[in-house]
Amino acid sequence: MKAVLHRREVVNALLKDRGDLLVVAGLGSAAWDITAAGDSALSFPLWGAMGGAAMLGLGLALAQPRRRVLVVTGDGEMLMGLGSLAAIAAQRPRNLAIVVLDNERYGETGMQATHTAHGVDLAGMAKAADFAQVLRVGGKPGVAQLRSRVYAKGKAAGPLFAQVKVVAEKLPLVLPPREGTYLKNRFRIALLGVSAAQD
Amino acid sequence: MKGAKLQKVAKDAPRGWPEEVHRLLREHAIRQVAIVPDAGHAQLIRLCEADTAMRVVRLTSEEQGVALLAGAWLGGEKGVLLMQSSGVGNCINMLSLNASCSFPLLMLVTMRGDHGEFNPWQIPMGQASQEVLEAMGVIVMRADTPAEVAVTVRGALGLAFNGQRAVAVLIGQKVLGAKDFRELTHSVPE
Repeated sequence: MKAVLHRREVVNALLKDRGDLLVVAGLGSAAWDITAAGDSALSFPLWGAMGGAAMLGLGLALAQPRRRVLVVTGDGEMLMGLGSLAAIAAQRPRNLAIVVLDNERYGETGMQATHTAHGVDLAGMAKAADFAQVLRVGGKPGVAQLRSRVYAKGKAAGPLFAQVKVVAEKLPLVLPPREGTYLKNRFRIALLGVSAAQD
Repeated sequence: MKGAKLQKVAKDAPRGWPEEVHRLLREHAIRQVAIVPDAGHAQLIRLCEADTAMRVVRLTSEEQGVALLAGAWLGGEKGVLLMQSSGVGNCINMLSLNASCSFPLLMLVTMRGDHGEFNPWQIPMGQASQEVLEAMGVIVMRADTPAEVAVTVRGALGLAFNGQRAVAVLIGQKVLGAKDFRELTHSVPE
């Protein structure tokens, strides 16, 4: 099936009126996408640490069980951290959603094909790891459904994994701040209060 | 209360370094305990699993713990990463998080390939552990007697969480003992 969704439109739809949602983005395009939707102190875009976005989201979700945590990442970044699907599923965090924007390409390095271009089924892997909710999204109705699940409070089962098929396109980069200690401190101050920077 | 029960058990048991380290982790409000198991950590893992103030997160590879505990700190919680020295190599690129963002990290590493090791395949990573950790900016402290372990962990907790640094405590094989695998070819290990 040919992808029709555009990654920035998907991310804009997920992050519009985001309220107190906590957001982690994997390195590369996903980090540019969340920044294009509007930079926020409650976003933590990664500039490295490939394969770590989902686990960083888990640590945050466990520390903040009353807040919704969204990890936005790419297929290449998720493929590097596949074992984290097992680690996350075993913890059953109800407040964690992982959204993989799957363009079947390593976008930053020359658009080389990833394994999902060769039949590897990321959503199937999350399902097999026993994620409580697994979505495959290919069209706009699916994006709307995904948004409602990401923001679902209370009784919703978790964790959630969504594989969103997106068009392979090169877009202008929209860069977030890249000084890591600044990104960390602004996030902690926005979430925990100014005392968090003085602890 | 489960915590009270746990304390009683701990009081009745002989006090070894795992009990002392567990008590320190409690005192420092360590909430997330990320593990890839090692025989040397077995007792500490059991203590953490029995402690309702702690959540044990089973990793499938050690670098996941580095990322997990960065997220924990973003969310206002402290954690610890327990692993064997063979897992140090798995962590290297992920330690960019700590070097780039000044995330605190406490790693407790039980050593293989260190003192009387039987398995030659453990020696390369065991011998390289300190050097590769230091190459990534991690402060490395060693404990080579049981009495040194808790005091070293106490110092590492301070450095990590007051100083916003990644700190590894290498618990030497002199503390843990090396087993001769040949002895296990005639009996099932306990």
